[in-house]
Amino acid sequence: MTPFTILTGVAAPLPLANVDTDKIIPARFLKTIKRTGLGVHLFDTLRYDETGAERPEFVLNQPAYRHAEILVAHENFGCGSSREHAPWALLDFGIRCVIAPDFADIFHNNCFKNGILPVRLPREVCDQLIEDSKLGGNARITVDLERQVVVRPDGTEVHFEIDAFRKNSLLHGLDDIGQTLQHAPAIDGFESREKTEKSWMPAISVG
Amino acid sequence: MPKQNPRTLFDKVWDSHVVEKLPDGTCVLYIDRHLVHEVTSPQAFEGLRMAGRKVRRPDATIAVVDHNIHTTDRSLPIVEEDSRIQVETLERNVVDFGVPYFPLRDARQGIVHVIGPEQGISLPGFTIVCGDSHTSTHGAMGALAFGIGTSEVEHVLATQTLLQKPAKNMLVRVDGKLAHGCTAKDIVLAIIGRIGTAGGTGHVIEFGGEAIRALDMSGRMTVCNMSIEAGARAGMIAPDDVTFAYIKGRPFAPQGEAFDHAVAYWRTLPSDDGAVYDTTVVLNAAELVPQVTWGTSPETVAPITGVVPDPEAADDEAKRVQLRRMLSYMGLTAGQKLSDIPIDVVFIGSCTNSRIEDLRAAADVLRGRKIAERVRGMVVPGSGLIKQQAEAEGLDRVFIEAGLEWREAGCSMCLGMNPDKIKSGERCASTSNRNFEGRQGQGGRTHLLSPAMAAAAAVKGHLTDVREFV
Repeated sequence: MTPFTILTGVAAPLPLANVDTDKIIPARFLKTIKRTGLGVHLFDTLRYDETGAERPEFVLNQPAYRHAEILVAHENFGCGSSREHAPWALLDFGIRCVIAPDFADIFHNNCFKNGILPVRLPREVCDQLIEDSKLGGNARITVDLERQVVVRPDGTEVHFEIDAFRKNSLLHGLDDIGQTLQHAPAIDGFESREKTEKSWMPAISVG
Repeated sequence: MPKQNPRTLFDKVWDSHVVEKLPDGTCVLYIDRHLVHEVTSPQAFEGLRMAGRKVRRPDATIAVVDHNIHTTDRSLPIVEEDSRIQVETLERNVVDFGVPYFPLRDARQGIVHVIGPEQGISLPGFTIVCGDSHTSTHGAMGALAFGIGTSEVEHVLATQTLLQKPAKNMLVRVDGKLAHGCTAKDIVLAIIGRIGTAGGTGHVIEFGGEAIRALDMSGRMTVCNMSIEAGARAGMIAPDDVTFAYIKGRPFAPQGEAFDHAVAYWRTLPSDDGAVYDTTVVLNAAELVPQVTWGTSPETVAPITGVVPDPEAADDEAKRVQLRRMLSYMGLTAGQKLSDIPIDVVFIGSCTNSRIEDLRAAADVLRGRKIAERVRGMVVPGSGLIKQQAEAEGLDRVFIEAGLEWREAGCSMCLGMNPDKIKSGERCASTSNRNFEGRQGQGGRTHLLSPAMAAAAAVKGHLTDVREFV
C-alpha cells in the first residue's frame, strides 16, 4: 500500500449528504476481476449523461477539478454496499483524501486498506472547506496526517482525530495481513482452545 | 470467578472472539464463518496468490454465485462475458484454494445470505463475515455478522481474523403486537424512517421487544438484513427456542448430542438483565401502517396512507436541494398520494424477502387474482431449495396464473448487475433493500415495500394498501 504522509492538492466540493456507493460506482461496473481501471466510471451517473457525454456542471468535469486529489462532502459519505470498488474508483481517479462530517462504517474501513485518508470534521468546517475549494486550482489544501491537521488556503489549521493504529498503518503503508500474521501464535492458541471448548462446532465440507 | 458486569448479546459474542487486544484497543477478532461470492472475491484470491498465501480455514468458508448470474434457464450458459469471467474466476479459485462451493446448478445454490441460515452454516454466537453489506442478515441467528470489503475478505481468507474495534451498543425495542397487514419489512422500514440512514453508524443494533420475539426466523432475517440501511454495522436478535427449532436438523448444524451442547451454550448468549446500551429507541408495532419508500434513500419512507412530502418544508437548503432532486428523479410531486403512484414492474425477491414465508405471503394476496396489464412481475426465490419447496406447495402456479414470472435463485433485480434490470424511467415496487438512484438499473425508480404490499401493487397496477386484501 502507498503510504499517506502529507498531501497538498486541489479539493473538489461535493456538497451532498448520503453519497451512496451506487453513486460512487454503479453495480454494473463491479464485474471486474481487477482493482484498477475504475476511475473512468467514478460517479458515473453524476458525471455522464445517457449518451455517455460529460455533464459539464458536475464538479469533476470542470477544468479546475479534473486533477483533484481531495474531495469534500456532507454527512454519511459512502453509505450502502461494502464494495471496495468505491475506494478503488476514487483512488484510480486520483482522490487520496475524502473530508466529510461522517462516513458509513464499511466505506470508512475500506479507505484505509487502500491508502485513502477519510477525515472527519464538523459540518461547519466542511462547509468552510467547500467554500475554499470553490476557488478551484488557486486554492490548494494540505492534509498532514502526521500532525493530524488540514491546512486551509489561508494557512488556518484544523485539527482532526484519527485512530492511532490506522494512522500508523497509513503513514508507513503497512499491510494489515502482514501485521496480523505477527499474532499467528495467538491465533493458533485461540483455535486449539475453541476445538476443546466448542467441540460441537461442525466443519463445512461439500461433497 | 469475579462477578462480571452485565453484558449485551453483542458484548458476549465480541468478547469470546478476541484473540488479542492491541494497545490502542484494536482487536484481532476471530471469524467463525466466511461466506464468499463472485463479485467481491476475485481480487482477494489474487492477493493471496501473489503473496503465496493459503486459505487458513477452508472448513469455515463457503462460496456461492449469486450477484451477477441469470435467473432464467440454468441449462443455458452465462451470456454476459464479464459476468461469466467472474463466475469462472470463482470456480478456479475454489478449486485452487480448496474452498467448499455450491455451483450454479446445485439446488443448494442461492443468495449467500439466504443459504447461510438455510444450510445451518450461520449459527448463534458466531462471528460471520462476507464481502457484502447485507451480511447483517445472519444476525437474526444471534450471530455477529457484518459486511467487509475485498481487502478484508483477503485478510480473513489468510488469517481467519479481522482487525476491528468494538462497536457501540444500540437497542431497538419494538413493543406490542404487529398491526394488521404489517410484516417484518414494515417494522424495519419504520425503524430506518425513525433513526435515518446514519442513525446506527458506529453501532451494532440489537432488536428486541415483543414484536421482534413474535417474528419467525424469516422475519427476523428481514429486520437484521436492513440494519445496514440504518447505517449500523450489524443487527442482532437474541437466540431463543424459535432459533433453535429453526436450526435443528439443518445440514451443516451440529447434530445429535453436539446440538444439545451447542444449545446449552447458545442459551447463555442473550443480553444480561441490566446490560447497558449506548442508545435505545422504542417503537410500538401496534401503531404501524404498511410502509413504502418514496425517495432515493431508504429513510425516505412513509405509511402507504401518506403523501409525498414537500421539499420546501425541510429545515435547511442543502436538504431542500436533495429532496427536490429525489422527487425529480422519482418523477413525483409533493402532496401526491402514495397509493396513487402507478407502477410498471414488481420484483419479489432479494436477500431481504425471498424466503418461503415471503413467497407464501405474496401468494396469499395473488391467489385467484391477475396482475394489472401494465405490470411486469417477477418472483425470484432466494435459493434452489426454496424454489423446490414453493413448487411443492403450488406457489409457482399461483404466481404464473396471476401473470408473474417464476425464476431461478439469485440476487436478480435487487442490484442491476445481472440481466434482470428495470429500464430508465420505469417504476418498480420492490421487496429488496435499496432505492438508490440507478440501483435496479440506470434511471430506474424503486419503491421498497413488503412482499404482500408488492403483490397487492401488482394486482392494482399502483401502490396500494395491502390491508384491503388481507
